[in-house]
Amino acid sequence: MIPAAFAYDRPTTVDQAVGLLAAHPGAAKVIAGGQSLLPLLKLRLARAERLIDIGRLSELKGVRRTAEGGVSIGALTTYDELGRDPLITTYGLMADVLPQIGDVQVRNRGTIGGAVAHADPASDMPAVLLALEAELVARSIRGVRTIPMRGFLRGPFVTAIEPDEILTEIRIPAPSGAYGSAYRAIEQPASGYAIAGAAVVVGRSGGGSGPLDRCAVALTGVGEMPYRAAAVEAAFLGAAGPAAAAAHATDGVTVGSDIHADRAYRAAVAAVEVRRALEAAIARAG
Amino acid sequence: MTEAITLVVNGVHHELEVEPRRMLVQVIREDLDLTGTHIGCDTSQCGACTVLVDGQAVKSCTMLAVQADGSSITTIEGMANDGQLHPLQVGFWEKHGLQCGFCTPGMIMAAADLLARNPDPTDQEIRHAIEGNVCRCTGYQNIVAAIREAASLMAAGGTSAGAAG
Repeated sequence: MIPAAFAYDRPTTVDQAVGLLAAHPGAAKVIAGGQSLLPLLKLRLARAERLIDIGRLSELKGVRRTAEGGVSIGALTTYDELGRDPLITTYGLMADVLPQIGDVQVRNRGTIGGAVAHADPASDMPAVLLALEAELVARSIRGVRTIPMRGFLRGPFVTAIEPDEILTEIRIPAPSGAYGSAYRAIEQPASGYAIAGAAVVVGRSGGGSGPLDRCAVALTGVGEMPYRAAAVEAAFLGAAGPAAAAAHATDGVTVGSDIHADRAYRAAVAAVEVRRALEAAIARAG
Repeated sequence: MTEAITLVVNGVHHELEVEPRRMLVQVIREDLDLTGTHIGCDTSQCGACTVLVDGQAVKSCTMLAVQADGSSITTIEGMANDGQLHPLQVGFWEKHGLQCGFCTPGMIMAAADLLARNPDPTDQEIRHAIEGNVCRCTGYQNIVAAIREAASLMAAGGTSAGAAG
């Protein structure tokens, strides 16, 4: 399988990259690791007149601690690099999810920014970033803007990134007080994509041994795009136990159905994975 | 329309003109005539096309040759050194780690990535490391034994998996 022919640019700075993107409106696609885009181009499910390869932009690689105590992740940081970075794996749900994304070869090439911009409805990382209340940074020749993860996803494979923008950075806020987090998923065995995946962060805003008064729950693979399960969060904060809270996992969501998992099964395993993730996160919060 | 790229493959420097849409595996097989790297599924599932790019296992059916410009690549042909089989090749030989052999080059390259990071993996770690490689003969037990054998040989002989190429 060979993609349709395209022109190829490999800019050496982000400024060059956004300039190229602006110079070819609607005709260019951005490629990073290519682990999502290349299969689509090969199957000709996607086409591009021009690929702008941002894979060498070293200014977009790496993880650093921010002044506010959070973490800034360059969009081109690979899953493999994230999985070996203690600033990242200190988040329990990141340590859970990173080794199970794709396989070694995919994790060596695939980038966090590429996965989030691709926005596959069953992708793990968008749910993780929703639960972490991440912010995304996008750049174009018009300037830089910050987009909350909540509101970033607009539908399957559709995001708030404008056609002339490049996703440059993912910011994760510092966890508030004592917290615990976890990611649990049941995967479709052949593709590895989540039939249902649940990302949970719970915490105590006051720290110490007070009640868990923070709860963020996000699901992937279940609806038309990853979402925050507000009903689960409300039930948990209203003192429901993990199982009772998890029963609300698909409230208000049109649950997807395919040959691997029909609607009833998918909804049932979504609740199970939310419960498991809640229990693990609570245990880690201590 | 082509792009000029340079690749160092198994230690040999190549200057090539490639169409941007061509995958690394096509350039390795068709332009460099190194047909030990196989194309199985051609959809990034089976891992038969795995090579090392700057020391890391990559599915060469899912990387453009232009993306590899300037990289150092090791294929299965680069594993043996002066007629001496690499410990992974010895392991696959000794432990009957192949039946039809189609997946073997990719398995060995994925295992080379593993042993470079983790010289003494558990069976579970070996299985996790070859998750992206499919054996159509389903001979996984012996593949795991072969990689374990290679780890032992390398520990005894002090040869590193990343040394070739």
